[in-house]
Amino acid sequence: MAHAATHDHHDDHHGAPKNFFVRWCMSTNHKDIGTLYLVFSLLMFFIGGSFAMVIRAELFKPGLQLVQPYFFNEMTTMHALVMIFGAVMPAFVGLGNWMIPLMVGAPDMALPRMNNLSFWILPFAFALLLSTLFLPGGGPAGGWTMYPPLSLQGSSTAYVVFAVHLMGISSIMGAINIIATILNMRAPGMDLLKMPVFVWSWLITAFLLIAVMPVLAGAVTMLLTDKYFGTNFFNAAGGGDPVLFQHIFWFFGHPEVYIMILPAFGLVSEIIPTFARKPIFGYKAMVFAIASIAFLSFIVWAHHMFAVGLPLGGEIFFMYATMLIAVPTGVKVFNWVSTMWGGSMTFETPMLFAIAFVILFTIGGFSGLMLALAPADFQYHDTYFVVAHFHYVLVTGAIFAIIAATYYWLPKWTGHMYSETWGKIHFWNSVIWVNVLFFPQHFLGLAGMPRRIPDYNVAFANFNMISSIGGFLFGASQLIFLGVLVHAVWFSKKKAADRVWEGAKGLEWTVPSPAPYHTFDVPPVIHDHELAHGHVED
Amino acid sequence: MGHQQDAYFVPAKSYWPIVAAVVMFVTVFGAAHWLNAPPGEAGFGKTMLTIGFVGILLMFFGWFRSVIRESLAGNYNSQVDRSFRMGMMWFIFSEVMFFGAFFGALFYARMFAVPWLGGEGHGVLTHQFLWNDYTAAWGTNTGPGHVGGDFQTVAPWGLPLLNTLILLSSSVTVTIAHHALKVGHRGKILLFLGLTVLLGATFLYFQAHEYMEAYRELNLTLHSGVYGSTFFMLTGFHGMHVTLGTIMLAIIWLRVARGHFSKDHHFGFEAVAWYWHFVDVVWLGLFMFVYIL
Ligand code: HEM
Ligand SMILES: [Cu+2]
Repeated sequence: MAHAATHDHHDDHHGAPKNFFVRWCMSTNHKDIGTLYLVFSLLMFFIGGSFAMVIRAELFKPGLQLVQPYFFNEMTTMHALVMIFGAVMPAFVGLGNWMIPLMVGAPDMALPRMNNLSFWILPFAFALLLSTLFLPGGGPAGGWTMYPPLSLQGSSTAYVVFAVHLMGISSIMGAINIIATILNMRAPGMDLLKMPVFVWSWLITAFLLIAVMPVLAGAVTMLLTDKYFGTNFFNAAGGGDPVLFQHIFWFFGHPEVYIMILPAFGLVSEIIPTFARKPIFGYKAMVFAIASIAFLSFIVWAHHMFAVGLPLGGEIFFMYATMLIAVPTGVKVFNWVSTMWGGSMTFETPMLFAIAFVILFTIGGFSGLMLALAPADFQYHDTYFVVAHFHYVLVTGAIFAIIAATYYWLPKWTGHMYSETWGKIHFWNSVIWVNVLFFPQHFLGLAGMPRRIPDYNVAFANFNMISSIGGFLFGASQLIFLGVLVHAVWFSKKKAADRVWEGAKGLEWTVPSPAPYHTFDVPPVIHDHELAHGHVED
Repeated sequence: MGHQQDAYFVPAKSYWPIVAAVVMFVTVFGAAHWLNAPPGEAGFGKTMLTIGFVGILLMFFGWFRSVIRESLAGNYNSQVDRSFRMGMMWFIFSEVMFFGAFFGALFYARMFAVPWLGGEGHGVLTHQFLWNDYTAAWGTNTGPGHVGGDFQTVAPWGLPLLNTLILLSSSVTVTIAHHALKVGHRGKILLFLGLTVLLGATFLYFQAHEYMEAYRELNLTLHSGVYGSTFFMLTGFHGMHVTLGTIMLAIIWLRVARGHFSKDHHFGFEAVAWYWHFVDVVWLGLFMFVYIL
């Protein structure tokens, strides 16, 4: 093996390149690419958030006030697509990029150039998707679930389908990279069962991604050919069935919702032990719970289709399979609480968000259980109750975990402490207004208000107004977040220690803050006592 | 930097990824624009699509060329090799799932959608109120709307059987070439790899023939109800994979001829061989479920 040649081609050791284009567009550095992902995700969070503001403004009062119904539908569709594929998923990939190599003692991701491609596809994919809003025929307005025949109307189908293809390619490559990194790049001594829970959660999530993103690609390809090339997959006259789309879509869709929550489980499992100053309770149980949730997520998809007219056997099977997921999920919640039990806890901003996660995600899980009851779901389906459910699991679940992780690792990334005071102000505003925003939606749904409509019966007026007020204030609270971030990155004078948090364990805290451009060029020597799970007995 | 085994390898910066993102975008934007163009007017979509597609080819050429150079320079240690292997394996797994979606559509249409339209079990009312003169059948004119008209199916024991034998023997030849590579027998590798490429090309030729026959004589087209949809989408996507696989095999043939591979360093060869086996297995599924049953 030619040593000199290796050195020639080795990425430069001397810090970040000066040239802007070279640094950010040609990167093979997991930290830079992680930053790109996170910044992109934040941008999408605000774009998707502004769509939500339009929705809540229109729903502030009954009657059509501000926007045309078609535009309203474009907003609900785009809000979901942007938040799911643009904000939540890239945020997790960004956190994974930044932290997995640091947590397992790798110099970088296993396939750094592919990593760069995975990222750079995304801005183009979203340019394509968002451009449809400005095209003559308008954007997609049939809901993020793209059910035919509705989604085949208008002229945006091809753009949306190709945008989804691009996002899928990006996710698959990102997932392959993460699996290869975790399985192949761990430093000697970092056994699988000593890995941080976050790394475990990503390993399993990456598997889910590779398994279901191609299925989504297949489903939208069928939409494309049905619309433009005369196939009959979803056309009953030709022997097809629109319900077929729903099956394929939700075969992707349900694992997808776990793709958006398993890494969040991992994040919370890092943060809570740090601030409870206790190792996570039941490490192995946590890992197995994630794995079994992932497995079960493949056999519950039709709980989204209870009201579509499934054969009775199907209803019953999918009802019980769905309720089964509550078992491993319960294990996780139990273990987070047990980790805190008797710990010497402090309540810095990351911990506050993590605790809020545990409580509010559980509320979302409970409403999920209600929806899982097939006979009850006939009533709840397509009402605001479903909207309340998935916003509890996604906003106070996934997004809160992402925010918690951002506060948790920001000092490691930037080398500066963020403002704890403003972090707490952000937290209390978020946690109060998010409940004002989404809790009343449970009542609206139970009372029968359908989702995805711009106008509603006056009977629903009060709760909608409350919800909208919560929405505006929750949206405004996120500007505080932006302020805290800007301050921490560019203005904060307070230097962060290497081990930023007193109780923090794991390899990422053994490198300086800010983490140097290159870490672990040579595999680190691992001491079990530095790891959060160095000694796994049970 | 210490001994090679103790150090990691991180590749140098490269502009190919961003080039790849741009050309992919140009391609799909062009395609979407073209699909939405009013009939008779291609607009700039077609031009964009062409530019993008050529760009993708050039990008692959450039990206792989730089990777091959690095590989020949001995940059890739065994850890990098393992990463590449994992990458390829998981990529093939994702392809399996992609085909899974279309197989799923086939099974669903055949086992549920069509019988239900014919009034079986679950579909009594739909049948009664909407299509009460429809008798469910698979492989004649699928669907109550008679979309695409009557057609006949491709007989499995003619060309499809031949194609099955061709693909199966190509899997054997590529394996023989692999064994020859492991003992460093270049003449034998070139012979058997060359045979594999030829078999792949023959398969494609026969498939093109089969498609033409289907369109001209059997009236089996992409519009022939859900039967035509599943038939052509499954065999079509498979054919695209065979095309890609054949091209990759041909490139590997050239690389063998230039002496790029050694007994214990030949990931490129193995990746393509795996891909070829995957394409083969998918075909067996197709032969079974699309043609025979
Ligand atoms: C305890 C676990 C859970 C159960 C039992 C459950 C159950 C359900 C059910 C039955 C529905 C369909 C409701 C309907 O449309 O009538 C649903 C919808 C939904 N769930 Fe969950 N869920 C659970 C956890 C989650 C998690 C963790 C997420 C995401 C992080 C999630 C995201 C969603 C989304 C996005 C929808 C709505 C999709 C749509 O129609 O647009 N759920 N859930
Ligand atoms: Cu679900």
